[in-house]
Amino acid sequence: MTVINEVNSNEPLLEVRDLAISFATSTGEVQAVKDAHLTVMPGETVAIVGESGSGKSTTALAAIGLLPGNGRVSGGRITFAGEDLTGASSKRIVELRGSSIGMVPQDPMSNLNPVWKIGYQVRETLKANGLPAGPSDVAKVLAEAGLPDAERRARQFPHEFSGGMRQRALIAIGLSCRPRLLIADEPTSALDVTVQRQILDHLETMTAELGTAVLLITHDLGLAAERARKVVVMYKGRVVESGPAQAILTNPRHPYTKRLVEAAPSLASRRIQSAKAAGIETVELLAPAEASAETADNVIEVSNLTKVFKLRGGFGKTTDFKAVDDVSFAIKRGTTTAVVGESGSGKSTVARMVLNLEDPTSGKIRFDGVDMGSLKGKELLAFRRRVQPIFQDPYGSLDPMYNIFRTIEEPLRVHNIGDKKSREAKVRNLLDQVALPASVMRRFPNELSGGQRQRIAIARALALDPEVVICDEAVSALDVLVQDQILNLLADLQHELGLSYLFITHDLAVVRQIADHVCVMEKGRVVEAGTTDAVFDEPEQEYTRALLAAIPGSSLELPPQVA
Amino acid sequence: MTWYIIRRFLQMIPVFFGATFLVYFLVFSLPGDPIQALFGDRPVNEAVAAQLREQYNLDEPFLVQYFLYLKNLVTFNLGNDFSGRPVAEVLVQIFPVTIRLAILALVFEAVFGIIFGVIAGLRKGKMFDGTVLVASLIVIAIPIFVLGFVMQFVVGVKLGWAKPTVGGDAGWLDLILPAIVLGLVSFAYVLRLTRTSIIENMHADYVRTATAKGLSRQRVVVVHILRNSMIPVVTFLGADLGALMGGAIVTEGIFNVPGVGQRLYQSVLRGEGPTIVSIVSVLVMVYILANLLVDVLYAWLDPRIRYA
Amino acid sequence: MPEKPTEKIEHYVAPLDETPLQATDNLAEDVQPLSLWAEAWRNLRKQPLFIISTLLIVLIVFVALFPGVFTQTPPNQNCLLANSDGDPAPGHPLGFTLQGCDVFSRIIYGTQASLTVGIFATLGTLIIGGTLGAIAGFYGGWLDAVIARLGDVFFALPLILGAIIIMQLPFFRENRNVWTVVITLTVFGWPQVARITRGAVLSVRNADFVTAARSLGVSRPAALVRHVIPNSLAPVIVVATVNLGIFIVAEATLSFLGIGLPPDVMSWGNDISSAQISLRSNPSTLLWPAAALSVTVLSFIMLGDALRDALDPKARKR
Repeated sequence: MTVINEVNSNEPLLEVRDLAISFATSTGEVQAVKDAHLTVMPGETVAIVGESGSGKSTTALAAIGLLPGNGRVSGGRITFAGEDLTGASSKRIVELRGSSIGMVPQDPMSNLNPVWKIGYQVRETLKANGLPAGPSDVAKVLAEAGLPDAERRARQFPHEFSGGMRQRALIAIGLSCRPRLLIADEPTSALDVTVQRQILDHLETMTAELGTAVLLITHDLGLAAERARKVVVMYKGRVVESGPAQAILTNPRHPYTKRLVEAAPSLASRRIQSAKAAGIETVELLAPAEASAETADNVIEVSNLTKVFKLRGGFGKTTDFKAVDDVSFAIKRGTTTAVVGESGSGKSTVARMVLNLEDPTSGKIRFDGVDMGSLKGKELLAFRRRVQPIFQDPYGSLDPMYNIFRTIEEPLRVHNIGDKKSREAKVRNLLDQVALPASVMRRFPNELSGGQRQRIAIARALALDPEVVICDEAVSALDVLVQDQILNLLADLQHELGLSYLFITHDLAVVRQIADHVCVMEKGRVVEAGTTDAVFDEPEQEYTRALLAAIPGSSLELPPQVA
Repeated sequence: MTWYIIRRFLQMIPVFFGATFLVYFLVFSLPGDPIQALFGDRPVNEAVAAQLREQYNLDEPFLVQYFLYLKNLVTFNLGNDFSGRPVAEVLVQIFPVTIRLAILALVFEAVFGIIFGVIAGLRKGKMFDGTVLVASLIVIAIPIFVLGFVMQFVVGVKLGWAKPTVGGDAGWLDLILPAIVLGLVSFAYVLRLTRTSIIENMHADYVRTATAKGLSRQRVVVVHILRNSMIPVVTFLGADLGALMGGAIVTEGIFNVPGVGQRLYQSVLRGEGPTIVSIVSVLVMVYILANLLVDVLYAWLDPRIRYA
Repeated sequence: MPEKPTEKIEHYVAPLDETPLQATDNLAEDVQPLSLWAEAWRNLRKQPLFIISTLLIVLIVFVALFPGVFTQTPPNQNCLLANSDGDPAPGHPLGFTLQGCDVFSRIIYGTQASLTVGIFATLGTLIIGGTLGAIAGFYGGWLDAVIARLGDVFFALPLILGAIIIMQLPFFRENRNVWTVVITLTVFGWPQVARITRGAVLSVRNADFVTAARSLGVSRPAALVRHVIPNSLAPVIVVATVNLGIFIVAEATLSFLGIGLPPDVMSWGNDISSAQISLRSNPSTLLWPAAALSVTVLSFIMLGDALRDALDPKARKR
């Protein structure tokens, strides 16, 4: 069993000084982290905030020697309770792992070994760290993490658990040996928002009870500020700003932090709320509202839409699963309607039916007053021109074999629009609209960043001059700043071209920024619908309230406007 | 688990019918007189031909013929070979030899393939890995009969470490050399598959989590990397039984092992059609059963599919 | 969270000049555009495994097409029994077979048969297996189930066993030539290609770019041909390359068993088969054609291996 040095609570538990980390790649050494520094006091929660590739996870993982094989600490020091970890033997690091420094990883789906029972995976942790590991000890650890019926659950395999339950099991494992520091690497970003909140609340209570210090890694500044006393902002491998959470939010000094504070949807939606309370019109509020008042002309009307899937059980038995149940809503021309829900709510199935990729079991979708179910052949092709999708994953929505020109030109060619020359002019024009240089035409998707790809996807969607664009989680996979840019681009295009948007998303914070109308879906049904303001200000349903409360940062004190 | 096995078993049934039908179809309904086909190049002996007509019910309509053939197959009524001995009797005598040979070969390729593959995978990009990879390619590239001749010549004749030809009762020890030859190509495949699988699993998230829990490196490798990496390897080993039987024809021929393969080899050389059909049909049944066994093992290794 | 009001947290800001803000999406204007194939090619041409195997394959194909360039000795004429199992002599670098034929010349002229079998069996399995696999993967449902079961049936009959059955049929026995061997190998080789293709198509079928194309108005068959198949090719190409080698080995094995190519067709398999009688007295008559065969097969397997590394979809994503 590890001997833990007794440390004065005024001495830092974890101290990172001038840390540099580099990765060996085929093109040479790449510096991933440079001059990073941070301090975690005993029992304190510190958050590292940054976008993907900022080095936030790398910094934290270096503390327990979990850098990937080609990475190494090339400079600086990591000290844990007065002990230098950078020079420590691998035996010593193994001793510290689990018992002194625990970890809760990001993705609950891939972080539990699928072939071992949950109980076994807890037990081996206890055993490896010299703690009693009987069935009752295992059950106790799981029960502490809020897993009901722990003794029975311990005998199950990971695939029998839901995402939230798996994350609880991982938290149980991370805290099972009472470490003094817990590294939580985006512990809830793969979960539904309401589950996210429960898990974080539970984690907070547990670590407070045990006096565990937490190093929380997240991309969401709002979440960081809400959960941690101290926030460290990383950008391109460096710490650009660190300090008290409140100070960072209200008085960000580094330009990057400033932009982050402006762009983070959770913070923006919080600001709108406080602005309204103070009776101030903010810039963020101005954008949509206007169009909705003018006309009552609905471009899409969905009525009593139902979709039943047949699920195959054992022995050819099929059970009916109602993915979408009696859903009705309408999209006014030139406005944005958002369909919000968690995974399994049926929101994406609605999108696929509106795109005519899936046939409704019953119910009608009317486009400009025409029932889509009656469309065949040419009319269907014409319909496809007028409704276009943008998908979530910028890496998956562009054919990697097609260069950008062919990608954007494809819809024009399919519909026999123009000749070669006019098509090229059109592609140039479209690229210009999404603020990309024409030189991008000859590139391939794998050469572009996520934000650029999403712009290409938008350009392709606009190629046929559609009236409605369906954005299926179109910004969910993007980093905060890029997300902000894309949302602005979508807003500008709406203004310019009079587009109507159907926004499918799980992210209420984003909805608040861009939507005029909201439909909240739960288990295939619309539980609440109305204008964005109405739904956000006076939610009628318990479920909507839970969703709203789950937006990170809702407890923060924020001034309505940031300088 | 039980449901899973029952379902796999039910799925095997059409495969069994399909495969036996395929064999039967190929022999008895392609152009040409099946009796002539079964006799090969030799002149048709009328007495034997009459016996064959009865054995295969050639006077009945085709589908009836097929079902009678199936019935004969499952009741092990396999007819006589050209010397008049019942094929079933012959098989009972020679099958144990081939089973011994196949078990030895399977053990050889599994044990050495997995050991070498694990070491190569854990030391990816190092000397050992590179050498083993190239060596495995060379092994795959050399036909089994060349390997057989060379091993027989070098190990059996020149070095005298083993009997160059087996013959007789073919005990376990005598079969080691033929088994190595038989398993060599699959050994290379097992090695490469294990290596790939290990490398893939080494970077799995749950392996990192296991390390973060404070487990020793050794434990992480054995409990978390190895166990998960074995799933595709076991599937391969099961499917490989078929290849081993095919390979056994050559190996048993070279080393004069009195097993099913050699018998088949001789039948091919003599053009003994009925015997070939009977033996191949039995082998197909064995192969299908072996696959069912693999499925059970697979379900035991990977809990996810028990419920799928 | 435990409050410690006494402790003051320092508010640190990094000097601006050390971390200048970069445009979120910058594009390297001066770099040449790079398609996936171009990228794979760039990786490939640096790999020794790829270079060696490609050079060998080019040489082998050349030998198969123009055997006369490499040897002046006609393979089957002037076979003198006086030369039986003879040692190398001037103009006959590898010695003589039992029949007194020139070993080197026979190897050179045998290349064509082996390569033809390999190439056409690969093409055959690609056409049948590739088509069925792509259809099964893309359309799914009962088509998929039927094709899968059909594949299982052929899988249950190991290649050599199946070949033995087919090749002893009168039709095949009387017309034994390169094409009967190709047909046999194709009949029992396609399920594997079908499985690989099906898997590849299945993983691409539901990609967002296919859905996007469909909602742009691209029909299902067109989406299959234009988007799904090009993106599923990589693993199929790898398997086909390796299979080419495996088929050459299979042909030799069948010829060795006496049910492959007829004895009058010059092929490595036949040479090895007929050399086994004199293995102990003159092993080189067996070893040289075996070496030629193994080097050829090795070249294709190595090429497949190099392609696998270069086309690996996991390495593609940046």
